Amino acid sequence: MPPKAPVKGKQSISTGADMPRRRTTRIREGDDMTDLGDGTDADDWSQAKTLEKPSDQLQLSEQDLKEEFTRILTANNPHAPQNIVRYSFKEKQYKQTSSVDQLAIHFSLDGNMLHKESDEAKRQKGKLGLAEASSDQAVSEAGEGAGAAEEGEGDKQEAAEERADDAATPAPTDKRKLTNQFNYSERASQTYNNPYRERGTATEPPPRATFAGNVTQWEIYDAYLEDFEKQEKSKEKKTIPGRKEEEKTRKKLTITETQSDDISRVSSASKIVERMVNQNTYDDVAQDFRYWEDVSDDYRDQEGTLLPLWRFSHDKAKKLAVSSLCWNPKYNDLFAASFGSYDFMKQGTGLILFNSLKNPSYPEHVFETDSGVMCLDVHPEHPYQIAAGFYDGSVAVFNVVEKKDGPVHRCTAKNGKHTDPVWQVRWQKDDSDNNMNFYSISSDGRIVHWTIVKNEMIYQDVIKLTIPDASAEGPDGIKVPTLGCGTAFDFHKQKDYLFLVGTEEGKVHVCSKAYTSHFIDSIDAHNMAVYKVAWNYFHSKLYITCSADWNVKIWEMGSKIDKNTDGTESPERKPLFSFDLNNSVGDVAWAPYSSTVFAAVTADGKVYVYDLNVNKYEPICEQMVAQKKKTKLTHIEFNPVHPIIIVGDDRGNVTSLKLSPNLRKVPKEKKGQPPMDASQKQQYELTKLEKILAMVREPTESNAAN
Amino acid sequence: MSEVEETLKRIQSHRGVQGTIVVNSEGIPIRTTLDNSTTVQYAGLIHQLAQKARSTVRELDPQNDLTFLRIRSKKNEIMCAPGNEYILLVIQTPDAS
Repeated sequence: MPPKAPVKGKQSISTGADMPRRRTTRIREGDDMTDLGDGTDADDWSQAKTLEKPSDQLQLSEQDLKEEFTRILTANNPHAPQNIVRYSFKEKQYKQTSSVDQLAIHFSLDGNMLHKESDEAKRQKGKLGLAEASSDQAVSEAGEGAGAAEEGEGDKQEAAEERADDAATPAPTDKRKLTNQFNYSERASQTYNNPYRERGTATEPPPRATFAGNVTQWEIYDAYLEDFEKQEKSKEKKTIPGRKEEEKTRKKLTITETQSDDISRVSSASKIVERMVNQNTYDDVAQDFRYWEDVSDDYRDQEGTLLPLWRFSHDKAKKLAVSSLCWNPKYNDLFAASFGSYDFMKQGTGLILFNSLKNPSYPEHVFETDSGVMCLDVHPEHPYQIAAGFYDGSVAVFNVVEKKDGPVHRCTAKNGKHTDPVWQVRWQKDDSDNNMNFYSISSDGRIVHWTIVKNEMIYQDVIKLTIPDASAEGPDGIKVPTLGCGTAFDFHKQKDYLFLVGTEEGKVHVCSKAYTSHFIDSIDAHNMAVYKVAWNYFHSKLYITCSADWNVKIWEMGSKIDKNTDGTESPERKPLFSFDLNNSVGDVAWAPYSSTVFAAVTADGKVYVYDLNVNKYEPICEQMVAQKKKTKLTHIEFNPVHPIIIVGDDRGNVTSLKLSPNLRKVPKEKKGQPPMDASQKQQYELTKLEKILAMVREPTESNAAN
Repeated sequence: MSEVEETLKRIQSHRGVQGTIVVNSEGIPIRTTLDNSTTVQYAGLIHQLAQKARSTVRELDPQNDLTFLRIRSKKNEIMCAPGNEYILLVIQTPDAS
């Protein structure tokens, strides 16, 4: 215990019970005179008080100071609101309430009241008085020490027992000193009430935007598809990091593409619209193409007619002749036409056009060439690949898909170019290495096999058309073997190796790809140049030839060869059929739908259609097609599906014609029987043709016997 | 002159073709051969119709898409071909002689 403690204890003893009371008053004084601070303790350093006045304080005279202001204190609560409104249901409006409660309660404490004389009060009083006395004693005794406390406690208990016995005696009150209550002044002050103040700030509201949209099934589908593509792309990127550069260039390309002219975005749309506009303008023709059937055929017995449909002409082709026609194997409305000149003296540029029946006014593609194009062929499996032969002896391959004005491949004098005009080209099946390859025939007597390997065309001479008997004498008297001039060829439909060659001398050679030195067979078919040889679509041994000697002839291969091997060679091997058309026959074509129908065009502008099944001697249709008298028809081609033919003339026009029902007789379907399938049809066509052939063969054989 | 320009020129030169309009994806005409007010009217209305038509086709089969829309009326025919983002409109009077 600190040494001062006993002194304190003494003090406390001397002052007695009033000690805590004094302490509180002192604290109160301090509270009241806060401006003085702890001055009582620090009197020694504080200086005299001087009043400080603010410089702008109002100066008042004595009189003014003496002036009295009366202030009336009211019982109004300054904080009570004066404008309370309540909704009055009676009047259905807000009404101000006049009576405002002015009562302000600062402090309230609930207490109990007891009658002084009551037992309860006495008991409580007794208890209270005892308690106070004991506590006083406890305080005084506590100061003396812990040892004394124990004694005190014992005394306390004893005393409590005594007092409890005689509760009525006022003995304990005597001991207590009552404080003089008039010696103290109670002072209270109210601190300044801070006025209520409301303050608020409004934060900036988060930006809002209205968003609305419909979600349709296809939009979801598109989104998924886009996402899928992205995923695929990212996969690709991961797998091939080495191709970054390529991708970059690709990106650049796509950028340039997207940046290209706005109007090019409607390129495909414009093509569709052009076709539609054409359909409207040539509505009647389109209707004829689809629906018109010549009713007069019923009365004409066997004969038929050709109905001219669209006429295809192009400004640049006006002065050129149509040198070949070829339907696209994939799109039945699309055909390719090549343009050149047959006149030796008037050679110029050439042209390849792709026309669609859907747009007769303008070709789909145009290729311009420096030399006349004499022939072309569309690849049967890759219909965008076009092989073409030129008047200058070169061959070339064009690609329709690639946006390129010129050919993809073209041979030069260095690599196998012909020395004379190329009269026909024909695609072959892709070879074992899947390289595209084609054959070409030219009047220089060579038949050349071209193979496209990567970016090169490799050539190989297949056969040279030698003429065994005739040989020209060279300047030194040396005999030089002369070559025949090939003008046309055709490959067998089933046997890949077999093909026919027509020559300018009027001969037809049956050749094989396997034998390059000699022909399987050779026939003196015509007296003048053979313009076309063509195998029948159905019969594997039948072929047709046409020539400038006005004749169209149908031949059968096979049985004659046997005789040939026997040695009893008959130089006058006769055709099964021979038709004289009274003018140079430019082209002949078998119909794809019938084994007995073929069509030919002549130089006097006529189209002849024959059906051997109907008439073995006369055409069932002979019609002038050319618009002007002097116009020569050069080529003809059947559409593989639709009943139409296209005919080219030497003025650059291609005319499409519809075959009347009599010209395209197909086997009638018997009622109740299912329609014939392809093989049945073929069989039917074959038997039909065989029947006719049998009739033709017999007399010749009997003649031979005679 | 680009291929498309040539095609548009050929279309315009066809018999009975009154005008061609190219409309962008917002229905704003960006190229026209007609006068201003007619163009705006056609572009705005047909664009809406084409969008609706496309939506219908796509809704029926999301893999499908509208390629062409033609409206035959008593007086003329409105042909509408949606290209990528653009629509090509051609108004043709079919029987004009």
